[in-house]
Formats: sequence, C-alpha cells, structure tokens
Amino acid sequence: MSTATLEKTAPAKPKQKVILCEGNEAAALGVALARPDMVAVYPITPQSSLVEHVAKLIADGRMDADIVDAEGEHSVLSVLQGGALAGARTYTATCGPGLAFMFEPYFRTSGMRLPIVMTIVTRDGITPQSVWGGHQDAMTVREVGWVQMYCETVQEVLDTTVMAFRIAEHHDVMLPVNICLDGNYLSYGASRTELPDQADVDEFMGHKDVNWHVALDPLRPMAVDPLTGGSGGKGPSTFVRYRKGQCKGMQNALRVITEVHEEWAQKFGRSFSPLLEEYRLDDADYAIMTLGSMTGAAKDAIDEARDAGKRVGLIKLKTFSPFPVEALLKSLGKIQALGVVDRSVGFRWNCGPMFQETMGALYRLGRHVPAMSFIGGLAGADLTTAHFHRVIDATEQLLSNPAPIEPVWLNEND
Amino acid sequence: MYEVRFHGRGGQGSVMAGGLLAAALVEEGKYAVSIPSFGFERRGAPVVSFLRSSDREIRQFTNIYQPDCIICVDPSLVRTVNIFDGLKPGGTLVQATHQPLEALAIPDFVATVGLCDAVPIALEIFKRPITNTLMLGAFARTTGVVSLDSLRTVLEESDFRDAGLKQNLLALERGYNETVVHQINRRAAA
Repeated sequence: MSTATLEKTAPAKPKQKVILCEGNEAAALGVALARPDMVAVYPITPQSSLVEHVAKLIADGRMDADIVDAEGEHSVLSVLQGGALAGARTYTATCGPGLAFMFEPYFRTSGMRLPIVMTIVTRDGITPQSVWGGHQDAMTVREVGWVQMYCETVQEVLDTTVMAFRIAEHHDVMLPVNICLDGNYLSYGASRTELPDQADVDEFMGHKDVNWHVALDPLRPMAVDPLTGGSGGKGPSTFVRYRKGQCKGMQNALRVITEVHEEWAQKFGRSFSPLLEEYRLDDADYAIMTLGSMTGAAKDAIDEARDAGKRVGLIKLKTFSPFPVEALLKSLGKIQALGVVDRSVGFRWNCGPMFQETMGALYRLGRHVPAMSFIGGLAGADLTTAHFHRVIDATEQLLSNPAPIEPVWLNEND
Repeated sequence: MYEVRFHGRGGQGSVMAGGLLAAALVEEGKYAVSIPSFGFERRGAPVVSFLRSSDREIRQFTNIYQPDCIICVDPSLVRTVNIFDGLKPGGTLVQATHQPLEALAIPDFVATVGLCDAVPIALEIFKRPITNTLMLGAFARTTGVVSLDSLRTVLEESDFRDAGLKQNLLALERGYNETVVHQINRRAAA
C-alpha cells in the first residue's frame, strides 16, 4: 500500500499539539498514550533516555502504570510475561547486549502469544566494542516470531508505538511487537512532532483483552506453557499446532498492520506505509531499497538523481517481520535492477540481511532482476545523500553489467 | 534549508542549545531537526551538534558537512578543532571570544561574523562558563534566523539541570544585546 493511496482517504487532521522531541522521547510519549498497565525497564545505551522519559512520565503522574526497575533484561521480559498473563498491557525497551541477555524470555514471549510491545533502539552488535546505532541487534532476532517494524522519522516512532499495541493485541495476531528505532540518529535526533490527543487515542485503542487465550487467573485455572513435543503421544502434533499458530499469526499480522495503519490515517490524518513504501517507483527502471532512518537521505538523493534524468525509485521496508513478500513482489515487478542497503551484516551469505531476504522474494517473481548488496551505517556511521548517490550509480550499472557477488561497504573509506 | 553546526566542549550545553534552537524554530512554525553527534561524552572534550531548519518537512537524519552557519560556544576551541571545515562560502560564524575581529584567524569565505564575549557574562550570571543560551542570543542577533521571542518561549518551557530559568533568560538577552556583528566584504573588494 503506497502512501498516496492512503492520503486520498485521510480526512482533515484533528487539532494536535506540536512539539519538538527526540525519537526516544517520542517513543515514551507514544507508550504513555497507549496506557500500558505495566512497564519494566533496564537502561542501556542508546535506549536509556527512552526509559528515563517513561519513568519521568510515571513519576510526574502523566502515565498511570506500574514500573519495575529490574536487575537485568532477562528479568524485565520475564516480569512482563507475568503481567501479560495476568491481563496487563505491557511495555519495555532495550537494545544490543540487553536484547542478547533477554533472549530466553524473548523466544518464550512469541511462543506464549503474549502481546508485549518492546522498542528496540537499534544498536550494532558487539564486539568490536561500540555503543552506537546499527540494525544488527534487531536483525539477529528476526527469526524469533516477533513482529518487527522499523521507523523512518520521529513522528513515525510516536505513531507506530501506539499502533503497535493494537497490532499485538489483535486476536488474529496475538504476537509480541518490536518497534525498531535507529540508535543515535533517531533516538537522539529531535524533530517537529505532532502529539495526538489522549481522548482520541483512547478511542482508537478500544477495549483491552490480552489474556483471553492464556492466563494466570484464579478464576480460570489452566496450565500455562505445558511440556509438549517429543516423539510420542500428542507431543509432536501439539508442538506443530503451536508453531503453525505462530506462523498464522505472523501472516495475519500483514493484514492487521495494514488495517491499523489505515485506521490511524483516518483518525489522525497522518499516513505511513504499513508494510513498505514505494517512492518514485512507478516509472523507474531500477530502485534502491532502504530500512529505517537512512531513508530520508535516500529520498533526497533519489530526487537529485531524478533531476539529473536518472529513472530511479526507492522501496522502503517498514515491516520486516513478517516479511511482506506479496507487497514486495508487486514493487519488484516494476523494476529491472535493485540495490539493497542494509545497516547490518549477514555473516553467512556475505551480504546484508535485507538483501538476503529480498533474494528469497525475487525467486517468486519468476523473472531475473539483478541485484546487489550495500552495507553501511554500521556502529553509528552516517549514511548521507553522497553515499546514496554511489548506491544509485552502482545499481544503474546492473542494467547493463552483471551484478557483483561481493557487497559494497559504504563507509569503508569514511 | 538552513544548516547550523554547533561547536563546544562537553558540559557547555551545545547539544542542548541545538535542541533549544530547533524547538524555537518549530515554535515559529518551521520544520527543524537537531542531531547531536555522539561519542563517549565527557566534560571538556570537543563536541559538535547539528541543526537543520526549513519551511518544508526535513527528511535527512544525518550529520551536517556543509553548514551555512557555525556557532562556536567556546573561545579556545578554534585552537584544537578546524571549526570552519565545510562551512559554505558566504557563511556565518557566531563565536564566543574576548578578542576583536582583527585578532581572529577567520577564513576569507566567511561573510558574516557575530562576536560575543560570552565567558565573562556567563561567569557573572551562572558562576560557570556555560555559554549556550548566551550564544543562542548571539545567533539570533547575528543571523535573524530565529526571533528572541520564540527563544524566550522555548526557554520558559524547558527543564534546566544546571541553572534556573531566570538566569537563562538573562543570558539569552545579554547574548543578544552584547554581540557585535561584522559584515565582511573581502571578496567583493578583491
């Protein structure tokens, strides 16, 4: 669904307060608007100011939630699992090493179908030691059954944070959701942001019902997460039923994400492409593909390249998990060559993870589209219009030359 | 698009100044983005932050390499950092210094210079050399890109860790009033 189609149906915006805020603050304000019952936190760079903002909102009485300052991320998510099972709307945020420390309950959350919302203020993987942004952390857990949406702007962080609860708690989804927001550039970058009215958000959120399927509830005693699997009795079929249900929930999420974004656009007058955005793609011969906050500079580079007569467009993924294969095939069907820019590394295939996943989708296109992988913006490195001009020029070469096997490392000489 | 790069030292509030200026521009109905550069922040180390302003939505969330204006809130920084790196020809310098224009090594391509002896004023007001709000006043005076009124409004809505609102409002005011602006026409004369 392109932005253009949504804009046609969007009514006039309701009156909203205009503020300047950074991405981490926008996430916190979005959380407050969604009215979670329980928040658990452990601070870690570049997420720290986000949970500090949340703690302050609670301390100032602007947010009515229990906050648990846990001793580590493993406890953070475990505590929230208990909260969700007891019927609470729950939230946390982490990144990089914190996400790694959280991994055991992280896997369990999607298996138990708990609609916990968690921001990943994305940070590159260590080691080499670094505390700066990159998508390596979120990419590393892309196969654990969480819905993952990447944001481009501060406004999108705020709006997506509210929407994430609706998506997670939808009965056809019932999966945990990550809002991925780029560490550094988006977490600390401040921009003009519209703050929706609480009453409007309350109306948008509707009725909360998060533990109808599995609960810690004395009135509904049940075994939660019983032992399954193995090779005898009902074990194998039970395990498959759980897994198939998770996959079904993920596929349903594609529809629900789209519906919730459409409803948001109707109510608040701001539309974001739910799965992916096409930018100047309709008459393009070739395209570049982006993810997250790098996209703004990439769009500016596309405009400049268009002014110079190049027939290039852009595809930005917002929803990375579930991977929006059908939507992407429609976009890929319009072009003859593709350059994919990743902010993380796929070690096994010697390319970016988004490139690798896009190759999977391209197989189903039934037509060869030469493509190449670009890796940049690692560990806080900047991705500017100049970098994207290099991406555009190299991708244009694919129209007449074979695609290189090796990735291009965009910040190699910075 | 108007682009500003702040230079300062950790603890002087140049990152906060970027945020305040962005907020003041938003207050005026403009679009603004402020991006702090990041490192292992420590007091006294050179730091930079970036600000973009435009009448249209700003899409780039990147650092700034060719600013229209440089605001340097620390008088000694120019000895260790090339603050002029990438400044556009015809660009503006807003500098905290006790020296007169003639004593400063300012490249030929700089067209406008605003000088403010901010440190003694800061010592007077805050008892510490925190020059950020002073230099926002100096910036408003030098460029006219932002109004003193909207800076005042934004200060009134801010939380200050190290000083009070009254002191910051006074610093802003004095920065504005005690800045000397020089238009340099070296290129035209040559």
